[in-house]
Amino acid sequence: MIVAQGVTKNYGTSCVVDGVSLTLPAGGITSIIGPNGAGKSTFLSMISRLMSMDMGTVTVAGLDVTKTPSDVLARRLSILRQDNHMTARLTVRDLVSFGRYPYSKGRLTLEDKQQIDDAIGYLNLGELSDRFLDELSGGQRQRAFVAMVLCQDTDYVLLDEPLNNLDMKHAMGMMKLLRRAANELGKTVVLVLHDINFASWYSDYIVAMKNGKLANQGPAAEMIDPKVLSEIYDMEIKVHEIGGQRISLYYE
Amino acid sequence: MQPDPATTVPVPAPSVRRIGKLSRPAFVLLVLGALALISIICFMTLGAKGSWSFVLPFRGRKLLALGLVAYSVAVSTVLFQTVTNNRILTPSIMGFDALYVLIQTAIVFFLGIGALGTLNPQAQFAAEVLVMVAFSGLLFQWLFLGEERSLHLLVLVGIVFGILFRSLSQFMQRLLDPNAFNVLQDSFFASFATVDTSLLVAASVIVGAVTIVGIRLMHTYDVLSLGRSQAINLGVDYKRTVVIILTLVSVLVAVSTALVGPITFFGLLVASLAHSLLGTSRHKYVLPAAVLLGIVCLVGGQTVLERLFAFDTALSIIIEFLGGVVFIFLVLRRAAR
Amino acid sequence: MRLLAGAIILTIALAIASLFVGVSDVSLGTLLSSGPEDRATQVLLISRIPRTLAIILSGAAMAVAGLVMQMVVRNRFVEPSTAGTTEAASLGFLVATIFVPAWPLMGKMLIAASFALAGTALFLRILKAVPLRDTLLVPLVGIMLGGIIGAVTTFFAYRFELLPSLLAWNMGDFSGILRGRYELLWIGLLCTILAYVAADRFTVAGMGKDFTTNLGLNYQRVMVLGLVIVSLVSAVVLVSVGSIPFLGLIIPNLVSLMVGDNMRRTVPWVAVMGAGFVLACDILGRILRAPYEIPISVVVGVIGSMVFLYLLLRTRPNAT
Repeated sequence: MIVAQGVTKNYGTSCVVDGVSLTLPAGGITSIIGPNGAGKSTFLSMISRLMSMDMGTVTVAGLDVTKTPSDVLARRLSILRQDNHMTARLTVRDLVSFGRYPYSKGRLTLEDKQQIDDAIGYLNLGELSDRFLDELSGGQRQRAFVAMVLCQDTDYVLLDEPLNNLDMKHAMGMMKLLRRAANELGKTVVLVLHDINFASWYSDYIVAMKNGKLANQGPAAEMIDPKVLSEIYDMEIKVHEIGGQRISLYYE
Repeated sequence: MQPDPATTVPVPAPSVRRIGKLSRPAFVLLVLGALALISIICFMTLGAKGSWSFVLPFRGRKLLALGLVAYSVAVSTVLFQTVTNNRILTPSIMGFDALYVLIQTAIVFFLGIGALGTLNPQAQFAAEVLVMVAFSGLLFQWLFLGEERSLHLLVLVGIVFGILFRSLSQFMQRLLDPNAFNVLQDSFFASFATVDTSLLVAASVIVGAVTIVGIRLMHTYDVLSLGRSQAINLGVDYKRTVVIILTLVSVLVAVSTALVGPITFFGLLVASLAHSLLGTSRHKYVLPAAVLLGIVCLVGGQTVLERLFAFDTALSIIIEFLGGVVFIFLVLRRAAR
Repeated sequence: MRLLAGAIILTIALAIASLFVGVSDVSLGTLLSSGPEDRATQVLLISRIPRTLAIILSGAAMAVAGLVMQMVVRNRFVEPSTAGTTEAASLGFLVATIFVPAWPLMGKMLIAASFALAGTALFLRILKAVPLRDTLLVPLVGIMLGGIIGAVTTFFAYRFELLPSLLAWNMGDFSGILRGRYELLWIGLLCTILAYVAADRFTVAGMGKDFTTNLGLNYQRVMVLGLVIVSLVSAVVLVSVGSIPFLGLIIPNLVSLMVGDNMRRTVPWVAVMGAGFVLACDILGRILRAPYEIPISVVVGVIGSMVFLYLLLRTRPNAT
């Protein structure tokens, strides 16, 4: 369970995240949605201790993220941001191996190796495992980073816009994979999403933010509702039920 | 989840391109090691006149000094590039060695020329390093916390800071009496021919201490090179580690500047060469490769210039020239991407 | 207009002050009480007046050269010392000193100017190779190019045992200026006037090649004119005074903050403020450590790099 209380972040005089309190259930997929500038990514960064907060507390599985030693937290929670620019020239296997760093501090055990192979297999990266990251396509690189995060083997996996720069096929593949990780491995997955239809299709729980504040939250089925969505996005959004799934239409 | 020590086995390095039976990084290290050894042997033996009992200790001291400089510059540059997560910034480009010269000048300026001799050297060095760490801390905070800055802005600001420090040093020197000015002026031009060998023992001890601390952190370097977010995600105590590394870097810059004076591009040269020769960013290869390259450049270069061409003070000029070319190349290649 | 008049009056006041600062006692009293052959009058005629003129001429010319350069390169942060121009001029002067030591200063200056032109052209050529032009990349490349050219120069100076002279002329200093040792600087005045006459062309060129061509001007020709002015000024100031870093950068930028970028309006401002700024720095350098002098390049280097840092840091990160 992730519990946030009164989480606030200011940049100069502007308040980016303004007293957000909420409880995210353990297990399943939770999507954070909302218009640009709602403070979604900042909020996610504070949950994952990448960014300090000006006020409030966050606990993940009972651990206060600002007080728990970083390496302890690294075995409970992992975070993947959208910009993964790096200067280091690494192979896919190198990168995935770093997922074991919180456990082995660079000295890999046989068990670590097994985990690395599993993660590489889980994301179908076997053929690419000795290729350098800068030789891969955007989608392949994204998969390598997700493999690293899975290899980190944490109960909580946080992802900031994991579908960015992915085409339809890869975006679908990524979401299916996260779904599998939640179902098969029992992970709690929290992600920031822009595409509300992906959120509708794949998440169990949806949190909406607007202007730095919590706008609404609830099970996916309740959140994907014309009235709720229209309030969040300040525009008319129609919701249709197609084959048992709720699909939003907002193109005119 | 804690691994059983009994099952701890080294995992083979990723299968990158192999040359013969060796992996490419190992092969490169071997070749560089051989070149460094040849350079050292030539440096010690070529053109020796007079008795060996004089020549060997005399050249040995110089060799040790050059080695310490190569080591300090190479290690400080690679680590600085790791924490700043880019391949163009180096401590000297960001004005660190100019700052060291400025601190030296300021000591003479405010305490008088006698101060250089009478102050407790350890205390003085500690104070100098402290100022440099404070400066690098401020710089680092400004770079990485708060809004995103473009790399070009960072480099340019660093260079202009360097110019400011140099101008301020010159300014203070001019306000001194001409004697003090002459004493100080010597320390502002890099020269590998006239190394200050009186500092050798202290410098060796300091570099040794830095190395011990540095090796204990060895396992975090590769993680840090993934960038701040990833390093925190993987459980590195980011702030503390960065502060320690910047302290090590400051100490190393102070040592090399004290020994030979400021050399802007040497670090960039060896770090870039090491990265491109190895084809990997793993620190267990990059650090030794950069040090070996530094030794080949300094010791080998000095031998060639001194013995073959009889230009004994030109090495720093040549290094600055090549380093400048590499720098423009790196900047342009990055911009063209 | 009234402000400009104020600036001119201030500069004239500084110029008069400059005449009366120095080791020898030169004051209105000593001047009035002495004849034409007396020491005070001689010092005034041989040293003080030439020095003050040299300061005004080089200050105005360097500042305007910086402005012209910023227009033709279309970048706020270029000036002769951030584009390799000064260093190339220095290399040219060294080459002239080595190969044609007997030539008059004018001849050596022209060689230095042609090197400066070639160096600046090389700089522009390198910039052309970068498809994406970042504002800050331009001075960065320029400073580095300057460093490379400087290394070549240092190497030859070292080989021909001319390092002390090289250090001397890289360190701008007005203390050596006497009658007969500054007259080349009048060429700088000519260049300043030329820049003023062609001001509109440079303003137009500053808006880009397409814009210039659209208005029926020959872009190439404007560029060449600008670069010739910049190279001549750099060479003239280098051989007479030595290099004065950042002058051409800070003055035009400060003026631009005050009165905008129309060159017709800014050239007089830049010239007057350049002269006034150098006068003030020079007087400061003479007073602080009297009877010794602090060279102008050191004083301007300290102030100039601080202003440069201010200009860099006040720019929004992505502003172009």
